[in-house]
Amino acid sequence: MSTIAMGHAGAEAAPAEKKGLWSWITTVDHKRIGILYGVTAFLFFLLGGLEALLIRWQLGAPDKTFLSPEAYNQLFTMHGTTMIFLGVMPLSAMFFNYFIPLLIGARDVAFPRLNAYSYWVFLFGGLVLNSSFLFNAAPDMGWFAYANLTSKQFSPGLNVDFWIIGLQILGIASLAAAVNFFVTIINLRAPGMKMMRMPMFVWMSLITQVLLLLAFPIITVALVLLMLDRSFGTHFFVPSGGGDPVLWQHLFWLFGHPEVYILILPAFGVVSEILPVFSRKPLFGYAAMVFSGCFIAFLGFGVWSHHMFSTGMGPMADTVFSLGTMLIAIPTGVKIFNWIGTVWGGSIQYKTPMYFALGFVAMFIIGGLSGVMHASPPADLQQTDSYFIVAHFHYVLFGGSIFALTAGAYYWFPKMTGRMLSESLGKVHFWLMFLGFNLTFAPMHILGLNGMPRRVYTYSAGMGFEFWNAVETAGSLILGFSFLIFIWNILKSLKSGEVATADPWHGATLEWSIPSPPQEWNFAVEPTVDGRDPLWELRRARGGTLPEPARVSGKGIHLPSPSYWPIVTAFGTALTLVGFLMHVTLWVILLGVAITMLGIFSWAFEPADH
Amino acid sequence: MALRLPSLRRVVRWVPALCFTLAVLALAGCAPDGYPQTTLAPKADFAELLDQVFRRSFQLATIVFFLVEGVLIWALFRYRGKPGDAEPAQTHGNAMLEVVWTVIPAVILVFIAIPTIQTIFKTAEVPTDNPLVIEVTGHQWWWEFRYPEYNLVTAGDMHVPTGRTVDLRMTTGDVVHSFWTPQLAGKRDVFPGRDNRLWFRTETAGVYPGQCAEFCGTQHARMAFQVVAQDSAAFVAWREGLAAVSAPVAAPAPADSAAATAVDPLVAQGQQLFAAKACVGCHAVTAVGAPTMVGPNLAGVGSRTTIASGWLPNTDENLTRWLKNPQAVKVGVLMPNLGLTDEETTALVAYLRSLSVVPAPGAVAMTAAGN
Repeated sequence: MSTIAMGHAGAEAAPAEKKGLWSWITTVDHKRIGILYGVTAFLFFLLGGLEALLIRWQLGAPDKTFLSPEAYNQLFTMHGTTMIFLGVMPLSAMFFNYFIPLLIGARDVAFPRLNAYSYWVFLFGGLVLNSSFLFNAAPDMGWFAYANLTSKQFSPGLNVDFWIIGLQILGIASLAAAVNFFVTIINLRAPGMKMMRMPMFVWMSLITQVLLLLAFPIITVALVLLMLDRSFGTHFFVPSGGGDPVLWQHLFWLFGHPEVYILILPAFGVVSEILPVFSRKPLFGYAAMVFSGCFIAFLGFGVWSHHMFSTGMGPMADTVFSLGTMLIAIPTGVKIFNWIGTVWGGSIQYKTPMYFALGFVAMFIIGGLSGVMHASPPADLQQTDSYFIVAHFHYVLFGGSIFALTAGAYYWFPKMTGRMLSESLGKVHFWLMFLGFNLTFAPMHILGLNGMPRRVYTYSAGMGFEFWNAVETAGSLILGFSFLIFIWNILKSLKSGEVATADPWHGATLEWSIPSPPQEWNFAVEPTVDGRDPLWELRRARGGTLPEPARVSGKGIHLPSPSYWPIVTAFGTALTLVGFLMHVTLWVILLGVAITMLGIFSWAFEPADH
Repeated sequence: MALRLPSLRRVVRWVPALCFTLAVLALAGCAPDGYPQTTLAPKADFAELLDQVFRRSFQLATIVFFLVEGVLIWALFRYRGKPGDAEPAQTHGNAMLEVVWTVIPAVILVFIAIPTIQTIFKTAEVPTDNPLVIEVTGHQWWWEFRYPEYNLVTAGDMHVPTGRTVDLRMTTGDVVHSFWTPQLAGKRDVFPGRDNRLWFRTETAGVYPGQCAEFCGTQHARMAFQVVAQDSAAFVAWREGLAAVSAPVAAPAPADSAAATAVDPLVAQGQQLFAAKACVGCHAVTAVGAPTMVGPNLAGVGSRTTIASGWLPNTDENLTRWLKNPQAVKVGVLMPNLGLTDEETTALVAYLRSLSVVPAPGAVAMTAAGN
């Protein structure tokens, strides 16, 4: 029998809500940090989307001069970098932050101040990266920055340096957060929540943290080597000094392929929470879902060279990496079949989160199938670096990650804000996004197979690329418009949306047992769990309905105190790295180190409580 | 309200036919007509081998696509919840199903993996049937082609004979590029200080556009080229013409020289300007045994199909625009604005036009391919 504090002792006057800018700057509450992540990442996501619209406008017709080649190259590089590192990853981090503790029945993450530090480092990293626009030196060599184009000789400006430093700062945020969530999931689960009872989102999050912990050190090292090449005259990737540009590709994709799973596994998790709730039956094949996720992550470290078939690695390497990549299709297929198995035989409730989750499944199938095609090197020799690849990864990252994260936003918005998002606007949003997405990205398959390379700022009339490019540009406008509706929905619902109950969807997991939005301490009484769907089990035991949980006084509940040392330390960290931006500016580095040290010491000796 | 559905057996009967029809339709949607750079209409053996693997995987993927999406959509209609529905059966999984849908994809993958591996090994070895070696060098942002067998070098248009394997040995003069002529072969990246290999043999004369496929800086989009495939007679005529145009033109000064009198004074003026304006510092005008220089080799430039790396048609107007201000035409190129007057430009255009391989083979082949 689960003990979840439902309808707890009569509501006492809650202590005054903490308000004001200062409370946000010093917060160590995982929910507030989650909101900070969400708002910041969504703004960066809109910026990346704006960059995409400019790209599409330039490509809407042949030989257009709307953007200069330099501007275009900066925009496509920043679009990719922004969407990956400042959009999808931190949007996932929003859900990690807000919901991992709630889903496992904890009062916060394991290291609340480290959590705040991660957010502030992420924010500063994003700002440093984008500040390059102010210097007209935005990165312009593509998000995977192939050597030796990135050498000082061929990229003398600060563009590459901004990219290196920006990513290094962001990497620190990701690593700190990964340690935090890993420890949180391992150590802070409610009594009774064994590993194989964790909600699937928590499982996928756990795997993602492992991927982050193993993959980010690789890109960190690669970036350090590149920085040494550029600022200190070493030759790791410069052939004239005995270096090898292909080494960069290996290092980058050894990080870059796991990164793909870092972007998609949280989405798998979100969808695996939503499909059961709106089908009114448990996730099909829980264990298979867990193990296929682990298997995907494991294999993800052994297939990086499938990004490099055109480099001419030789038939043996091509064969091994090809077969490894094809193997990944098997656990991925298992996931898709289990999602279908989840809705099969259910009683499907067509609410907005379900629309987006199902849209995810339908679109991800397409991305998965095109992925199998270029797992085969002979096919890939034609498809790589063409628009076919652009189509493929947008079906995975937009049709996959973004659809799923949007589903998550609709699903958990009531929990986070206490208000429901409008269902009718939500459905308009879905259909416009679905239509715009497919109009934008489906024709890219056709263009790629018919010879349009990616990363071209224009194409000549007569190549046959005109029609579908025009369609794509029209589609991208619809896609952009759909997000305006989403924003309108958020703003309108925050103000006057229907007030959310604790459990508006009849959810299965612990977050629905507490008021919406949750009180600062999440759970007034630590819940205990003895199944995979604790709330459903409780509801069944109580004859089908649960009383609305009351807001209670948090007297006696210990919570970590607010602290401004995380933001100070984060500022010092970012400043230290910025010191490396313009070759080496020693005083900036020393100042950064001093602030960081001050921050860490004060953090360590901060009084534990008032 | 229950949705009436045809019996499962009736559905199953027309599924394969439907899948096949849809697969054909889907491929037809990507019909290569009107796409000169398509991968779907291979014109050489290498591209043909790649295409076979692609078609196999595409057909299988299409079938899987329609089956899985079909089942999904069917389930979404069939299991639509209605108000007052009882709680559906709380199934947690099915071990047998898990095994089945693990094994079936694995089997399908075997059918892709086998031709994949065969083709990997088939395409890895360059045929030894007396191939024509061409050394390809990528430069920001143009392609250089060297024919050691004939001691010739050219740029922009790569002429190849039909019916003979071409063995490409590829490298770069600066950053990483990727050589791609979709109708003839797949991509191959070029790296500094490394020889990468690619080969193909085409039986079909024609002009096949190609383009750099690895991002290589500002003008990556304008780093195109053409492969001009000619029957052996036309190919021989081209290479002999290229050698002939590279023969040193006599200096125009001595009046008694028969050669000099034949030279158009405008061309002669252009030739002098070519030396005086430092063009020679970056461009060679002889194809025979010429070294690699900063700019493309210009022997035979008068009869090339395009200028500015496969982008602008090789017309006098375009050449004039280019010479007047290369940066305005193609920002970022290494060629500076030489500050030429209109008069000087006219003379240089006349001179460059005189550097033609006669008869212009590109033009002939273009017309042939146009049909």
